[in-house]
Amino acid sequence: MSAQTLYDKLWQSHVVHTESDGTTLLYIDRHLLHEVTSPQAFEGLRLAGRKPWRLSANLAVADHNVPTTGRAQGIADPISRLQVETLDDNCASFGITEFKMGDVRQGIVHVIGPEQGATLPGMTVVCGDSHTSTHGAFGALAHGIGTSEVEHVLATQCLLQKKSKTMLVRVEGALGMGVTAKDVALAIIGRIGTAGGTGYAIEFGGSAIRALSMEGRMTLCNMAIEAGARAGMVAVDDTTIDYVKGRPYAPKGDLWDQAVTDWHTLVSDADAQFDSVVDLDAAAIKPQVTWGTSPEMVVSIEDKVPDPALESDTVKRGGIERALAYMGLQANTPMTEIKIDKVFIGSCTNSRIEDLRAAAAVAKGKKVAANVKLAMVVPGSGLVKLQAEQEGLDKIFVEAGFEWRDPGCSMCLAMNADRLEPGERCASTSNRNFEGRQGPGGRTHLVSPVMAAAAAIAGHFVDVRQLQGS
Amino acid sequence: MDKFTRIDGLVAPLDRANVDTDAIIPKQFLKSIKRSGFGPNLFDEWRYLDHGEPGQDCSNRPLNPDFVLNQPRYQGAQILLARENFGCGSSREHAPWALLDYGFLAVIAPSFADIFFNNCFKNGILPIVMNADEVDRLFKETVATEGYRLTVDLEKQLVTTPGGHGIKFEVDAFRKYCLLNGLDDIGLTLQNADKIKAYEERCKIEAPWLFV
Repeated sequence: MSAQTLYDKLWQSHVVHTESDGTTLLYIDRHLLHEVTSPQAFEGLRLAGRKPWRLSANLAVADHNVPTTGRAQGIADPISRLQVETLDDNCASFGITEFKMGDVRQGIVHVIGPEQGATLPGMTVVCGDSHTSTHGAFGALAHGIGTSEVEHVLATQCLLQKKSKTMLVRVEGALGMGVTAKDVALAIIGRIGTAGGTGYAIEFGGSAIRALSMEGRMTLCNMAIEAGARAGMVAVDDTTIDYVKGRPYAPKGDLWDQAVTDWHTLVSDADAQFDSVVDLDAAAIKPQVTWGTSPEMVVSIEDKVPDPALESDTVKRGGIERALAYMGLQANTPMTEIKIDKVFIGSCTNSRIEDLRAAAAVAKGKKVAANVKLAMVVPGSGLVKLQAEQEGLDKIFVEAGFEWRDPGCSMCLAMNADRLEPGERCASTSNRNFEGRQGPGGRTHLVSPVMAAAAAIAGHFVDVRQLQGS
Repeated sequence: MDKFTRIDGLVAPLDRANVDTDAIIPKQFLKSIKRSGFGPNLFDEWRYLDHGEPGQDCSNRPLNPDFVLNQPRYQGAQILLARENFGCGSSREHAPWALLDYGFLAVIAPSFADIFFNNCFKNGILPIVMNADEVDRLFKETVATEGYRLTVDLEKQLVTTPGGHGIKFEVDAFRKYCLLNGLDDIGLTLQNADKIKAYEERCKIEAPWLFV
């Protein structure tokens, strides 16, 4: 057999049937559900008189609409409340396991899947959410789907798919101090653009990726979709297996040993061919900050806001001008002179324990700047929150002037009460800086957790490396 | 799902690259538990001058006169002309639902984001990938000619301009078959139920930890 990429292996092991034009019925091992993209799928099942094909493959949680304060009082917004209650009702009536709002295991769907061991190496994992690419960090084939496909997976445990092309993004060398997986992700998107990965499944490789923790790999794979790739993945190694071991849904005993033997094969063969290869030098990556309304509109903290006059392509120039107008920024302003109003540390990109530890280390013993109206930390799950509290991170944040909240998607997309007011500028550890994403008229700058914490303390963007060096 | 065979439709030009699904249908409207009714909120933040909320009567809201879809000449458009990477961002199927509810049946662009592209086919919308030069030419013709229409023939995989210029496009055979016949994927997949069961039986032996 010819040499295979990790993606080829994952694909091949899940083929149920292939049509003559290459359309493939692909088996799905794990289906994660949340309240926003599932109600119409359950309604479709009900109308057609169908039942879930394999109940145990499904796991549900409400995350987008849940409040991050005052949970005991329930959800104030009646429309949000109805959506969460609809998930509760659907899970109860179809028999699907759900972590409800009061459950300590509740959290962002892409945090709880790995945390519970519900995401395992070698699996196909889907969810009606584009950031499902996160789970590829485990050597899994994971991607977001629409609601029609949610219904399709519920009813058939399969998806109709065409095979993607393969891209290897190779990052060699060591990341500098203060440079994180988030900066790597933004640097990659800055290089290949938000459509650079369209039609591809990306594998992240190289020594800098192998040196990342599972949290870092999840951050990176999470952002694959912002580069246009539905799926991002990292090969399995001991870091992967050590993370999975002992988690509630992970196999135990003999099954564990059998699984681990299989999981060690989940790497691209040495001579496997990719359709595209992109190389980055880890040592050259600096802390990143987005300046515009697309994740590809990104520069390093040492840079300035770009000047549209220097862009020759008219569509791109128009895009830059529109973005600067929306963001309220002048061309050639140093990034370090941009003042912020709010700080959001959280989201499926950066709300895991390692993210919170890193941000807390920057905030420790400091105070949030007077011009920052709100700095909030939203842990990715109830269990992350609990662990952070056991480590005393909550106290560090609160003493510095941050708010310490309950888990959920929160101000990444502002479907709950957490949002920016028009014109407010936010340093955010989330994944999208689209117009209106964090609230109508809100201005989002994507950064890493340490850069967000540093900006909170300084009141403007600042090079965290200088702060850490001092 | 309705069948898609051939349309002769008015064209509206949306001259921006990287139009994301948050722009197509903002998040506050995703709280609906229905599949319909998203049309009045399509491109809500660009289309109206005020802030939209779910359940609002949109007929009295102040329109943004600068937004292209608000121009009288584009009312009733069925074909949306767009730039690179249309539909990037979130997987929300509410985006094609909103386009369809508004009246769009086809979107023409140089490239689409993968999940959005896929979601269109599940709802009877035809996304057409066309090279950037042809798209640019269509933009110029649309803007220059009031009442500019295109014919989209899925069977022949052909877009035809009023001047008779024909542009071929590619579409997967399986997706074309489903669109032409208005077929529900789930019903088709369940015809392979025996193969799915056989796969599972094989998997229970080869990877039993997946079936705990």
